[in-house]
Amino acid sequence: MVERRPYLTVLTHLTLILGAGLIALPVWIAFAASTHEASDFLSGLMPLLPGDKLVENYWKVLAHGESSAGAPPIGLMLFNSTVMALSIAVGKIAISLLSAFAIVYFRFPLKMAAFWIIFLTLMLPVEVRILPTYEVVAGLGLLNTYAGLSIPLIASATATFLFRQVFLTIPDELTEAARIDGAGPMKFFRDILIPLSRTNIAALFVILFIYGWNQYLWPLLVTTDASHYTAVMGIQRMVAVPDSEPLWHLIMATAILAMLPPVVVILLMQRLFVQGLIEQEK
Amino acid sequence: MAEVSLAQVRKIYPGGFEAVKTVDLAIEDGSLCVLVGPSGCGKSTLLRMIAGLETVTEGTVTIGGLPVNDREPAERDIAMVFQSYALYPHMSVYDNMAYGLRNRRTAKPEIERRVREAAGLLDIEAMLARKPRQLSGGQRQRVAMGRAIVREPKVFLFDEPLSNLDAKLRVQMRIELKRLQRKLGTTSIYVTHDQLEAMTLADQLVVMNAGRIEQIGTAMEVYEKPATTFVASFIGSPPMNLIPAASDENGQYFGETGSRILRLRSSAERIVVGVRPEDIHLGEAHPGEATEPDSVAFTVEVSGVEPIGAESLVHGHTGQGHDLTIRVPGYAEFGAGRKLMAHASPKTLHFFDAGNGRRID
Ligand SMILES: Nc1ncnc2c1ncn2[C@@H]1O[C@H](COP(=O)(O)OP(=O)(O)O)[C@@H](O)[C@H]1O
Ligand SMILES: [Mg+2]
Repeated sequence: MVERRPYLTVLTHLTLILGAGLIALPVWIAFAASTHEASDFLSGLMPLLPGDKLVENYWKVLAHGESSAGAPPIGLMLFNSTVMALSIAVGKIAISLLSAFAIVYFRFPLKMAAFWIIFLTLMLPVEVRILPTYEVVAGLGLLNTYAGLSIPLIASATATFLFRQVFLTIPDELTEAARIDGAGPMKFFRDILIPLSRTNIAALFVILFIYGWNQYLWPLLVTTDASHYTAVMGIQRMVAVPDSEPLWHLIMATAILAMLPPVVVILLMQRLFVQGLIEQEK
Repeated sequence: MAEVSLAQVRKIYPGGFEAVKTVDLAIEDGSLCVLVGPSGCGKSTLLRMIAGLETVTEGTVTIGGLPVNDREPAERDIAMVFQSYALYPHMSVYDNMAYGLRNRRTAKPEIERRVREAAGLLDIEAMLARKPRQLSGGQRQRVAMGRAIVREPKVFLFDEPLSNLDAKLRVQMRIELKRLQRKLGTTSIYVTHDQLEAMTLADQLVVMNAGRIEQIGTAMEVYEKPATTFVASFIGSPPMNLIPAASDENGQYFGETGSRILRLRSSAERIVVGVRPEDIHLGEAHPGEATEPDSVAFTVEVSGVEPIGAESLVHGHTGQGHDLTIRVPGYAEFGAGRKLMAHASPKTLHFFDAGNGRRID
């Protein structure tokens, strides 16, 4: 659809600006709020313009955290979130790559059964199996550990399917050429499949990192010790303080900081996407 | 260097489809053997069994005197060039060629030497650092050949390697491939559905049809003495005219051309007479005009003429309505419906048993 009509251009731009504004507004409010002092919130209204406490607030959050809410310094929570999100993203990708490899390239007994069992997990996300999963994790003594935070979230049918589809598009002749070139299965996996799935891995990494980063319910359940709090659940704890007004300026500063790592991941990976899109030729 | 032989080789695919039906074939050391046949006749299947990419259902594949049925492709000392080239898209030309050698733990300087040498041979030295997507079709083809050459295998296997190229490049690469094969002296098996490519390349031509070998011989043997009606109609362009014929009460055969032909020493009730388009000569139709004493004459009604440059193809049909193609030199200007006298020397006729399609000599 290539139409050259000026009013249409104006209209599309207006729509885009409106949409972008709609999405940016809450972020802006959070940022503006994070630069005020506590007393500015007593009216119950969120300020729309930035205040003058930017450095002070962010320093406070970074260095001390909001101790009254029992939340650790934001640095630790960001670190915990990063460890969890990275473990989930890397773990899911590694497991999915391997299982898709097995499903597409090998013949073994009960292959179809294995395939359908993986498929079934699609219908059982953590939220559905949360109680039995908690039982297992608690039984294994994994409460308040990084392993407990990430392992139950790692199994992934969607990523397995994605890689299966990617592998299916790789021509048989390429596999055969590699066989004749003396590449054994793992060599083929490492030298041919992984490099050819590079852009898909990058895309999935971004999605899974954000998925891991935004986990809320599960970290809330398995961490009882502040040393393993993640940023997203930490923010919730800061809001739900008993017997006092939430400290909105600090909460918002934490929220803004918690947004940064996913943004960084997207920016870094975006370069790989674009490069991949230009290079890729299937 | 090695000879390749197939003994009683069969292939039945898991679905029960018999793609190759008991084939025997011996390929001499250093020769270029071409498997030719229509699409789906089992050429690729046969080649892939030699490569080890398909299992052999029955029979034995031998390379250099060793049965290789149970060996992995990489252990058979073969190299294959695929129709799609199957270059690794993420590797440079150099790495594409070096990959197989690295997997064999060949020493680095040796890899370097072989890749440079093959690149020189194929004239792709300037492209070693490029990725396959930065190459033209012809260049990719060369890289695919280079990847096979650096391996210095006992046997080269080619599966329609030129069919993705345009016509001009195809002819050029065909000549080059033949030259390379001569120079390297490596036993080669080449699969194609293009009879012209097959004829020009082959030391040994193997014509296949429906999973069977119809004929094995040199290109000229196959052309001059097709063993079956299938070979007669497949090799040669345009194909041989095949006209059914029957005996009369005197035991003489008459082609359904309205003309008498020689008696044959054959018990076949019904036969097929074959005559190549270039072996029919045309003249004006004058009934009663004396022709060459022993030549077979018949009238042809022209239905159309295709000029193809140095010669023309005249399409027509005999009095009995059998379609014929005749090749005449220069530009033939015959209007549709024109009646012409055609004659062919008996020496140029081929006879086949109409029942089983076999040649009668
Ligand atoms: N993996 C397979 N499973 C079942 N049938 C197959 C398979 N590969 C090829 N065939 C069938 O075997 C026949 C021969 O195929 P192929 O050897 O590829 O023919 P071609 O002479 O065109 O190279 C075809 O009819 C094809 O449909
Ligand atoms: Mg084929």
